[in-house]
Amino acid sequence: MSTQRGRITITGFDADAVENRDELSEWSDDKQTEIESRWRMVVREIIRDRLALIGGSIVLLMLFVAIFSKSIEIAGVTVQPISITPYDPGETLVADPHAAPSLTHPMGTDRIGRDMLSRVMVGTRFSVTIGLVVTTLAGTFGVIYGGISGYFGGKVDALLMRLVDMVFAFPGLVLAIVIVTMLGRGYWQLVVAFAATGWATYARLIRGEILKVKQNEYVLAAKALGGRDRRVLFRHVVPNAIAPVIVQATLSIGTVVIGVAALGFLGIGFTGSTAEWGTMINAERSTIVSAGGTWDTWWVTVFPGAMLFVFVMAMNMIGDAVNDALDAQGGEDLDAAGGGG
Amino acid sequence: MSLRRFIAQRILVSIPVLLGVSIITFGLVHLAPGDVVDIIIGLDPNATPADRIRLRNELGLDRPIYIQYIDWLTDALQGDFGRVYTMGPDAGDYIASRWPETVLLGLFGWTFALLIAIPTGIYAAVRKGKLGDDVSRFVALFGISIPNFWLGLMLLAIFAVQLNFWSASVPQKPLLSREMLWWLLLPGITIGTAASANLMRIMRTSMVEEMNKEYVTAARAKGLSERTVILKHVLRNSLISVVTVAAFLTAGIVAGSVVVETVFGWPGLGKLFIDAAVAQEINLILAITLFTGVAIVLANLVADILYALLDPRIRDEY
Repeated sequence: MSTQRGRITITGFDADAVENRDELSEWSDDKQTEIESRWRMVVREIIRDRLALIGGSIVLLMLFVAIFSKSIEIAGVTVQPISITPYDPGETLVADPHAAPSLTHPMGTDRIGRDMLSRVMVGTRFSVTIGLVVTTLAGTFGVIYGGISGYFGGKVDALLMRLVDMVFAFPGLVLAIVIVTMLGRGYWQLVVAFAATGWATYARLIRGEILKVKQNEYVLAAKALGGRDRRVLFRHVVPNAIAPVIVQATLSIGTVVIGVAALGFLGIGFTGSTAEWGTMINAERSTIVSAGGTWDTWWVTVFPGAMLFVFVMAMNMIGDAVNDALDAQGGEDLDAAGGGG
Repeated sequence: MSLRRFIAQRILVSIPVLLGVSIITFGLVHLAPGDVVDIIIGLDPNATPADRIRLRNELGLDRPIYIQYIDWLTDALQGDFGRVYTMGPDAGDYIASRWPETVLLGLFGWTFALLIAIPTGIYAAVRKGKLGDDVSRFVALFGISIPNFWLGLMLLAIFAVQLNFWSASVPQKPLLSREMLWWLLLPGITIGTAASANLMRIMRTSMVEEMNKEYVTAARAKGLSERTVILKHVLRNSLISVVTVAAFLTAGIVAGSVVVETVFGWPGLGKLFIDAAVAQEINLILAITLFTGVAIVLANLVADILYALLDPRIRDEY
C-alpha cells in the first residue's frame, strides 16, 4: 500500500506492516457460535447432576399427574377431558372405611371410605402448583422492589429496606397464618399469604447483588448513552444480579410447599374435605393421637405425608444442583441463604 | 467504634422495626373483613342490631383506626394486651403463663440442632468430596425436606403408639420434672431437625472456606497436628458464620413451634396461636405475633452483638 494520500505524503508510518501483521486475537466471525451463553452452560451443568435428574423426573411426573388426574373445566368449557384417577376422589364408601391397601385400592381407603390413591393423586394439584405460583409472584415482586431499592440507593433505599426489615421480623409461617385467618381458607388466599411473606428475601438478596453490580463500568456506559433508568436497571443491572435469586427461588419452593401443607394440617388452610395432603393428614390425625389411637390404619397418614416429602425432596435436589451450577460460574457460595422460615 | 456504642446503635435501629411490626400486625388484623363484634354477638342469640352498635361503641371500634392503634399501643406498652372474648383470661395473662413452655421446647430444638449439626458439619468438611461428605449431604437434604408435622406424627406413631416408649399425650407433671424433660425429646427432635440440617450445611460450607485460607497452611507448616488445626483454628473461625445464621434459624424454630406444639398437644404459645386463629381472637393473635416479632428482633440483636464480640472488624462496618 502506498503512503500517498492525494497530495499528502505520510512519512514514518509503515502501512504494509499494519496490513500484514499477525492477528491480535483468535477471534473471527465464524468462531462466534462456539461461545456458549452462561445460562446454557448452567443448564448443561444441572442436567449432568444425577440427583437433579432424579428430582426433575419426579417433579415432571407429579406435574403430569396434577394435570391429568381429573378433567379441568374453566368457566364451563372442558379444557382437559382426561381423568386418570381410578375413583372419584370425593366419592364416599367406594369400599369399607379404613380398608387396608389392596389391589383395587393400592393406598387403602380413608375414614369415610374414599379411595386414598385417587385423593393423593388429586392432591398434587395443590402442593405442586402452589409452590411454583407463590415463588414466581414473590420472586417477581421482590426483584422489582429490591432492584429499585438497590439501584437508586440513598434515601429511597433506606426507606424501602426498612419495610423489608419489618417483614423479616416475622417468622414467615406466623405472618402467613395471620393473613389466612383474616382472608379465609382457600387456594388463592394461601397464595397471597405466602407471597406476601416471601418477597422480602428476594428483595434483600437482589439489592445486595445490585449494590455490587452497579459499580461496573458498563452500567455507567449505559447511562452515559442516554439509557433511561428503567431500561438500565432491568436490561443491564438485574440480569447480572439475578443468579442468587434463582438459587433462592428453587430452594424455597420446597419451604413454601411444606408451609402450605402445614396450614392444611393445622386446619386453617383449606376446608376439611379438600384432598390436599396436609388437610388429609389432619383429618386422620386422631387415628394416632387420641385415646385408643393406633398405628393399624397407617396408610391414611403415611401416603399423603410421603408424597409431600418426596416432592419437596425432589424440588430441593434440583435446587442444590442449580446452586452448584451457578457456583461453578464464579458466583459466591449461597448455601447460607438456603432454606427460609 | 466501641462495643458499647455499637450495641446502643443496634438497639436504636431495632425500635422503628418493632414499631413497624406492630403497625403491620395491627393493620392486618383490624382492616380484615372479619369483625370481632360478630364473634362476640355470636355468643348471645338474643342480640339486636342496637346491641351491635352499642358494643362497637363500647369497644371503641367506631373510632379512626390510628386512634385505635395508639390506644392499643399505650395499653400494650403497659402490659395490657386486651381482652380475649371467647376464652378466659386476658391476652397478656395467656402469654405470661404459656411462654415458658415454648421457650423450653425451643431450647430443646436448638440443643438437638447444635449437637447434630456441628460434629457432622466438621466431618463433612474434613471428608470433602469423599463418600462421607456425599452421605451427609444427602441426609441434610432429607432433614430439610421432611415436613415437620408429618415427622412429628410419624415419631409419635412409631415410638409412642406402637412401641410404647413414650406416652402419646403430655404427662401431667411440673414443667422441669424428669418425666417432662424425657417426654420433650420427641417434640425437640421434630422441631430441631430442619434447623439441624440447615446448620450442618452452613457449617460445612464455612469450614471448607476457612480451610482454604493461608493461616491454615501456616498452622500445618508449623507442624501442628491436623486435629489441632481443625478444632482450634478452623472451627473457631467458622463458628462465627454459624452465629450470624443463628437468628435466622431461631425464626425457623419459632415458626416450627406453631406446628410441632399442635402435633404433640404441647400447651405453649404456638398451640395458643392456632387456637386464637381458629377462634378469630384478634387481641390474642396480635399479642402473640408481636411477641414472636420482638423475640426475633432480639435474637437478631444478640447475634449481631455476638458477631461483633467474636470479630471486631464488623463493628466498623455499621
